[in-house]
Amino acid sequence: MSPAAFYPTATDYLRFLPELILTIGGVLLLVLEALTGDHKDKSKLGYLAAAIVVGAMFAVPVALANPGASFNGMIVSDGFAAFFRMVTLLVGLFTLLCSTSYLSREKANTGEFYLLVLFSLAGQGIMAASNELIMVFLGLEIASISSYVLAGFLRDDKRGSESALKYFLLGSFATAFLLYGISWIYGVTGVTNLTAIRAALAAGTSAPSMVVAAAALMLIGLAFKVSAAPFQVWAPDVYQGAPAPVSGFLSAGPKAAAFAVFLRIFQTSFDSLSSRYEPVLWILALGTMFIGNFSALWQSNVKRMLAYSSIAHAGYVLVAVTTNSNVGTAAAMFYLAAYALMNYGAFAAITHLAGRHETHVTIDDLRGLAARQPVLAALLTVCLLSLTGVPLTAGFFGKFYIFKAAIDNHLYWLSALGLLNSAVAAYYYLRLLAAMYMYEPKTTDHPEPVPGGIQLTLWVSAAGILTLGVFPGLVLDYANRFATFVK
Amino acid sequence: MTHLLPPEFFTATVPLNAYLILSAILFAIGACGFLFRKNIITIYMCIELMLNAVNLSFVTFSYQFGKVDGQIYSFFVMVVAAAEAAVGLAIILTIFRNRNTLQIDEIDTLNN
Repeated sequence: MSPAAFYPTATDYLRFLPELILTIGGVLLLVLEALTGDHKDKSKLGYLAAAIVVGAMFAVPVALANPGASFNGMIVSDGFAAFFRMVTLLVGLFTLLCSTSYLSREKANTGEFYLLVLFSLAGQGIMAASNELIMVFLGLEIASISSYVLAGFLRDDKRGSESALKYFLLGSFATAFLLYGISWIYGVTGVTNLTAIRAALAAGTSAPSMVVAAAALMLIGLAFKVSAAPFQVWAPDVYQGAPAPVSGFLSAGPKAAAFAVFLRIFQTSFDSLSSRYEPVLWILALGTMFIGNFSALWQSNVKRMLAYSSIAHAGYVLVAVTTNSNVGTAAAMFYLAAYALMNYGAFAAITHLAGRHETHVTIDDLRGLAARQPVLAALLTVCLLSLTGVPLTAGFFGKFYIFKAAIDNHLYWLSALGLLNSAVAAYYYLRLLAAMYMYEPKTTDHPEPVPGGIQLTLWVSAAGILTLGVFPGLVLDYANRFATFVK
Repeated sequence: MTHLLPPEFFTATVPLNAYLILSAILFAIGACGFLFRKNIITIYMCIELMLNAVNLSFVTFSYQFGKVDGQIYSFFVMVVAAAEAAVGLAIILTIFRNRNTLQIDEIDTLNN
């Protein structure tokens, strides 16, 4: 091959445009941050970062209009990648909108926060579009290293630094497993490109026990990242201790990107092993749903409760992954989009309600919210009803398509136990609603006005939830069209 | 100069499997250390040990195939490990400043 074949073409860059915009924008913010004075309010940088994310969102259709592999097959631009890029960018936009007022309240409004969000989003975009195990690793690390800092951004806060430490240690531990799996796959097949691995495994020349061991190592690494049981232990502590807008970010964005990697690797490269890993995924999905839902029942801290609920939701998505079918993949995609809206909406409300230093985060603190702030209470209610899976919300159709896919693929027990879990989950979401609507307010102080960014986030997510609850086809048709991978 | 060891020692090659077994042992030591050690710095060193075990296996496979890509991957891993070290040590420093301890058992403010 001539050296010229290695030079990227203009189309290569177009396929990679969203990440390029995020990276260049992040570096630009880094410079601007240093140029503005030390004690100035840096909210403007936050708005600039939000504008960069919107720019990246506009770049996603550009990348999609030029489908195909780029950079010698390292990155692939397809509908699947575009979908997950959009979901993670939306979560990032919500995060930026919610964090300007949050950081001003905590007196920590330095510009680094915003560029770390941009870099993390770039990493998640790379994960969504990577077609190569080393790119998966790099994307994962770009996303994770920025997230570790975000989790401990309030560095004088004991809870925040504890959260960052746990996220960092467990995250690196998981990465080591993933990486060891990658090295064995490389050793067995001699390649790291996902489609090439598929071809090598289908040829059947490699030692099957080694392939299974390598796939198992990678499964452990990815299970950590999506917080699947029994590798979920880090999630409650991390989401409880991190600043509220970051908790929302971590529980929706990186998780969606990790699921994108999960789906792509296991349905492209390890397709020939599907009969072997299906029982493992079955147990993972069931354990994750049960541990998430049943632990959430006892929580009095709302952030910790939402953390357990996010574990349970990962369990539902794993049910869709277990089906190993295009219908299941589409259901997982729809669910992750719906989950991003409803989960971030709930965290946005908590961001405001927690108050300075996040001292009001128990269920009791929500008492009488409907009487004091009816609009905020109504918007939070929409998010919680969607998380419960009530009809006319996105969450309902999300669960419906997942369990339909599971039944179509003869996973009857898993569907039955999953539905049972949704019923259990209703209890702890209804506890929040009951506190909001059926109790008298604890104080009669005038409530603080909701900052504009948080209001916008709440309105957008509530509108999205209701729209998808009435017209699920808007997203599902797209997901169905692009749930097949280039194999 | 006379050698203390027989000449075969310098010409015989170590079989590649030995490197892979060493890599697996290093990885296992790292994983066990992560799970059972109590000092945060030691735990972090165990993670680094796991990453270096990965590097060893990458390089071994690369040598076996006679291709350089595995060696390049090990550079990627090193760079990422360095970036991770920068962030990780900063986080550990914050923990120490906030609490004056590096024992993982004593870092349990959450979930109370």
